[in-house]
Amino acid sequence: MSFTQNLQKVLKENIREYGMYIALFVIMAIFAVTTKGTFISSRNIANLLNQTGYIAVLAVGMTLVIVIRHIDLSVGFLAGFLGAVAAIAMKTWGVPAIIIIPVVLALGALAGLIIAYPVAHLGVPSFVTSLAGWLIYRGAILWVTAGTGTIIITDPVFTAIGNGFIPDIPLGILPGVHKVTLLLGLIGIGLFIYSEFSSRKQKEAYNFEVLPQNIFFLKLAFVSALIAAVTWVLAGYNGLSWTVVIVLIVVAIYHFVTTQTVLGRHIYAVGGNPEAAKLSGINVNRIIFIVFGSMGMLSALSGILFAARLKSATTTAGTLFELDAIAAAYVGGVSAAGGVGKVTGSIIGALVMLSLTSGMNLMSIDISAQYMVRGVVLAAAVIFDVMTRTSGK
Amino acid sequence: MALAVIVPAFFGGKIVMNTPIVNKSGTTSNTPILEMRSITKTFPGVKALSDVTFQVAQGEIHCLCGENGAGKSTLMKVLSGVYPHGEYTGDIVFGGAVQKFATISDSEKVGIAIIYQELALIPEMTIYENIFLGNEIKKNSFMIDWNETIKQANEAIKKVKLSVNPEAKVKELGVGKQQLVEIAKALSKNVKLLILDEPTAALNEDDSKNLLQLMRDLKGHGVTCILISHKLKEVVEIADSVTILRDGQTICTLSAKKGEISEPALIKHMVGREIDNIYPKRAHKRSDEVVLEVKKWNAYDPNLGRDILKDVNFNIKKGEIIGFAGLMGSGRTELAKSIFGNPGGYHLKGQIFIKSKEAHLSHPHEAISAGLAYVTEDRKGDGLILMQDIKQNITLANLWEIADRGIVNGNAEIKIATEYRSSINIKTPTVEQRVSNLSGGNQQKVSVAKWLFTKPNVLILDEPTRGIDVGAKFEIYTLMNKLVEQGMSIIMISSELPEVLGMSDRIYVVNAGRITGELPIEKATQENIMELATS
Repeated sequence: MSFTQNLQKVLKENIREYGMYIALFVIMAIFAVTTKGTFISSRNIANLLNQTGYIAVLAVGMTLVIVIRHIDLSVGFLAGFLGAVAAIAMKTWGVPAIIIIPVVLALGALAGLIIAYPVAHLGVPSFVTSLAGWLIYRGAILWVTAGTGTIIITDPVFTAIGNGFIPDIPLGILPGVHKVTLLLGLIGIGLFIYSEFSSRKQKEAYNFEVLPQNIFFLKLAFVSALIAAVTWVLAGYNGLSWTVVIVLIVVAIYHFVTTQTVLGRHIYAVGGNPEAAKLSGINVNRIIFIVFGSMGMLSALSGILFAARLKSATTTAGTLFELDAIAAAYVGGVSAAGGVGKVTGSIIGALVMLSLTSGMNLMSIDISAQYMVRGVVLAAAVIFDVMTRTSGK
Repeated sequence: MALAVIVPAFFGGKIVMNTPIVNKSGTTSNTPILEMRSITKTFPGVKALSDVTFQVAQGEIHCLCGENGAGKSTLMKVLSGVYPHGEYTGDIVFGGAVQKFATISDSEKVGIAIIYQELALIPEMTIYENIFLGNEIKKNSFMIDWNETIKQANEAIKKVKLSVNPEAKVKELGVGKQQLVEIAKALSKNVKLLILDEPTAALNEDDSKNLLQLMRDLKGHGVTCILISHKLKEVVEIADSVTILRDGQTICTLSAKKGEISEPALIKHMVGREIDNIYPKRAHKRSDEVVLEVKKWNAYDPNLGRDILKDVNFNIKKGEIIGFAGLMGSGRTELAKSIFGNPGGYHLKGQIFIKSKEAHLSHPHEAISAGLAYVTEDRKGDGLILMQDIKQNITLANLWEIADRGIVNGNAEIKIATEYRSSINIKTPTVEQRVSNLSGGNQQKVSVAKWLFTKPNVLILDEPTRGIDVGAKFEIYTLMNKLVEQGMSIIMISSELPEVLGMSDRIYVVNAGRITGELPIEKATQENIMELATS
């Protein structure tokens, strides 16, 4: 088969997976033109990624919740509430950030488990349980901020999470470029190429089918170029932000767990057919607790990222986060019927949605039109997904 | 990554081509109500139907037989407009005119109705609402005339000899009665050609008989029926003609008038060779080692609010196949599930002994660790994860086996799945094929492979051959024999008496939650089993 035939075949077979990446690329290209390059400036891309952070971590957790056929509406205000708790602890009680962060994460996980209890043991629909949580946490934020209103956060460690960048080493070469970021980018490319080669070799050892060689090299070149481009753009501003580092770590862990581990398999089995999963010896309730617990913990992380970014906890923090996260997951290819969806897809979904906001803001498009455009994109993404799914293998 | 899909010929036997035989005399007229000419339908990589010719005479009962994957369902989907005109080649002539159906409602308009194996009723709605769903009787342009609806529903259910209140909810009816409601629904639309896709697969003997009688009555009223069935006995009993498909091609059409329809003849044409004995022989070995014993077993279902099992005692020895015979709803599946870690949450009393040691199995994973495996009756409902691929389904119940510290070895998984594919002959180009794309027989093999991979001592097979074709049945039986020869013990729950008699070493008869009899195979006959099952 010729190169173009190979390429066509691979693209056709993986259209669902690559579709989102192509969509993101197209959206970015359009904004790059309409904003005369401002959109793809180092500064804007860095800002965009930092803004995506607190939605992205929610979208990761929400992916798993939707995969097991549930929903969690409480995450937005839970994030806001826990952000306020962290702010109060630091400001009023003088607790250092390094202690309050793990405590808040644990509280988040606990909140998730509480939502999960009636769902798992009493069969109450998660829509209702988490809607109750939504109301309760909404009240809770108003309650804890009642006396103070907006709480300013001054702890430098805490605010660095939302605004700081990883340190650079002064080498004297390439002035104005963040060397550590470039170095990390190179390491990233190296790891990527190494892992692709070793997995290909393993598959060949088992005599399994692998990508045609020319397509394989094209994929390597393309992804490497992508990492290089993003790294270069970021290095041109202030380098990698701590937010991006945190999101990357979260995505890496969740991607690994969902694709490589027994736990991940069990989660997708429960989503695919809960009855069959139960008869296969899987403890379905345990999976529900784990998934909601993780969702709660990521809500706490989202709250921390958001409060750190604003350097304050506000009474309205977390408003509509849950819907942004759910939209990101659906745009990213998660199926409402359960059992299907990737963590990496949801991250791309979050980037698509945030790119739209950022791009339209730069173009000074009115907020009313922005909502409508985002609505259309959400619908289009899900329609595309459903259509390619029915014709897929 | 998908490969080009090529469906291998089942037994590779040579294709016997006869000219279609059409009835020339008798009650049925020889004018065809339906003619499907040279129908070819391809899916990406697969030719599902290849130049199929199918002719049904006015007023006859025409059975369509063939193994799973032979193309029966595809042909009926072409006929009913599920695959619209343009997606296939060839002509459909119905009632003397060439038809080009774009949707199912187009075919309904000319009087074709199809009733699928999976019933399309809404359980929470009443019988009359279901019968006229999508075909509502209206007082004026937007209000439903409920009184007229109930009146006509009453007439419709009388036609199918159903004596229930049409205001009852469908979920309160048994499967057999639900089927009749479906037929009543079709009749209310003035159907001329009624297609029934394996209607008796889920029915017990009595309900099956009723249904067959109803088909004869409908025939008397001029309704033509196409029946798809794997139960050859009922095909022989009821068919005026039989068309046999194999590998997407018409093999032949047989006529009852000419005495061409018999079980051996059907099997021969379906598989392309003669199966001497569908139940392969096995020496009935005697071992005294009891591997599983259940004593004074009682179960109460809190959802139903009643006892479902009463004082059940049974045991199974190493290398033995025991059959659980009985009618549908007699409690056999509930018994299996209550032993297998009780996923239904019944309240249980009694004892289970595994290799003479008492065991407490409170979750399926404990049952699996204790060496039990349970292949469910309902593959699609609680057996397989349809959206996942073959390998993921096979390894699901024993993932830890191929995992190191919680990390699944994906390559080992493919290897294991591929081994099962060849050892039990799952017909698929790749183990990365989604299970929803497989035929019933192959899905069943995936189900069995999944449980074999847990390396059980006692394998419970619940209706292992329901809805699968003769060839796949034979393969499953052969596999069962192989497994017991290797020392496994098998509990087979089956509603098909010949199967119970053909495969078991010992038979327990279950009736209304009790074991009403234990019969060694030498003493068991269809008659005494039925007696114990219905007394």
